[in-house]
Amino acid sequence: MTNSELNRLKDKAFQGFGIFCTLIGLVVLAIFLINILIDGLGRIDWDFLRNLPSRRAHRAGIYTAWIGTLWILVLSSLFAFPLGISAGIYLEEYGKKNRMASFLEVNISNLAGVPSIIYGLLGLEIFGRVFGLGGSLLTGALTLGLLILPIIIVTTRESIKAVPRSIRDASFALGASKWQTIWFQVLPASFGGIMTGVILALSRAVGEAAPLIVIGALAYVPFAPSSPMDEFTVLPIQIFNWISRPQAAFATNAAAAIIILLIITFTLNGIAVYLRHKWQKRVKW
Amino acid sequence: MRIQERIIEGLLWLSAAITILVTAGIIWVLLSESLTFFSEVSIIDFLTDKQWTPLFADKHFGILPLVAGTMLTTAIAIAVALPIGLTIAIYLNTYAPAGFRATIKPMLEILASIPTVVYGFFALTVVTPFLQSFIPNLAGFNSLSAGMVMGIMIIPMISSLSEDAISAVPKSLREGAYGMGATKFQTAFGVLVPAASSGILVSIILAISRAVGETMLVAIAAGQQPRLTANPLVPIETITTYIVQVSLGDVPHGSLEYRTIFAAGITLFIFTFALNNISFWIRKKYQEKYD
Repeated sequence: MTNSELNRLKDKAFQGFGIFCTLIGLVVLAIFLINILIDGLGRIDWDFLRNLPSRRAHRAGIYTAWIGTLWILVLSSLFAFPLGISAGIYLEEYGKKNRMASFLEVNISNLAGVPSIIYGLLGLEIFGRVFGLGGSLLTGALTLGLLILPIIIVTTRESIKAVPRSIRDASFALGASKWQTIWFQVLPASFGGIMTGVILALSRAVGEAAPLIVIGALAYVPFAPSSPMDEFTVLPIQIFNWISRPQAAFATNAAAAIIILLIITFTLNGIAVYLRHKWQKRVKW
Repeated sequence: MRIQERIIEGLLWLSAAITILVTAGIIWVLLSESLTFFSEVSIIDFLTDKQWTPLFADKHFGILPLVAGTMLTTAIAIAVALPIGLTIAIYLNTYAPAGFRATIKPMLEILASIPTVVYGFFALTVVTPFLQSFIPNLAGFNSLSAGMVMGIMIIPMISSLSEDAISAVPKSLREGAYGMGATKFQTAFGVLVPAASSGILVSIILAISRAVGETMLVAIAAGQQPRLTANPLVPIETITTYIVQVSLGDVPHGSLEYRTIFAAGITLFIFTFALNNISFWIRKKYQEKYD
């Protein structure tokens, strides 16, 4: 075999290996999804969504868990969205060049890399103990709010950055102030991108269990929470709790709850992808 | 009008400044609780004792078994994710047709969006029984299965960041290689990967940092037995799992056992903080190489 034939063979071999590697992740994903569907799909009915937790696997439901998840999502959004979007606007439009801004930037990237369980320790001490909120929904929502803050800030900045200079210049030329320009021109133009980031942040928050376990969210909550000061559980913690039990019937429950959790995560991600796609198409600079 | 503008700017600045408070809060919480911990437990014991048994009658506070467990799952995860992720990045960038790349990349991202409890369930109920069919002495909880599944989970991190780095290599270098008669394979490994090496390194470091901080997957599938071992077949415990384990129990607030989670937490924080900052530094240093 000549050298060039050998080279071509290596090239083909690597191409084959590349296809194999690309598909392996997707094949594993497919095996897993099919497996979960076989295990859990038969368990899902209206009672499963409406029942309170129970020691008997076939009577246990996820009512308290998904109500808790809903509360957490709404409360942490109320807190993290305004804060994150404002911080993103400030960093991109106002403090761009000074040392404070570059410090803020490094700090935010660092926060994005802090493991979620460390946020749990922060929430446990600051919100739970110093603020005296205990293991309540409010503590959980504030903790997760801080956790998703860097995601919102980073995506807000990126979408604002994509708005061309000329739009700002035109607005200033017409006599608009800086804030008027941001409010009437820049924010509407970057709305799609900001929404994408916000939804991705929500999808991250839905799946988090570790920080909530650390702040003291309970695995067994007999009733659905009705105020921000109530104790709570969320879907991922309920799943973790069921996985930890030895009986097979609870594993079936876990699989069923995982299907519900995945439906929520995939829906949120789907909306984000759709929004990004639609926005990129509509806005042509 | 001008006053209103100033007020708005001030409010926006405040929102940005809160992120500094968050960092300060994390460092304060970890430091203050661990300093109290280290006033009772010597830091030398903490770093050198080979046993971690704070919840038993015979208490030992050596962090090494937890660090070893964390390193072991991380190493297995990277051993899975690095070759696969890097191959995907090269394949998508140099071989795959543009349409295929555009559909595959978001599909791979799905892997990163699945909650980690779900991966834990997968490792425990599918991967471990599957591995046990040809490794009979594999325990029900083990770092091998947890690490492998974690590897699958972080493939998209390595593949998309590395692909970005490879795409950023100037076209002229690639065309130069093709012009010399190089195959795609030779161009990829002789030119593109070396030229994009800093970006690829950053993706690996970020993946390691992610694996070190991963919690639910290892808490479910890797076990809760702190053990100083490199054997991937037996149950171990990671730093993150220990924090979860204590949080689920009823350790009294303010006790020494309670403070161990902050000592474990600060160890974890130091690791990830160092990794993240190394990755910044590399990115900063090599960012403008081709401009």
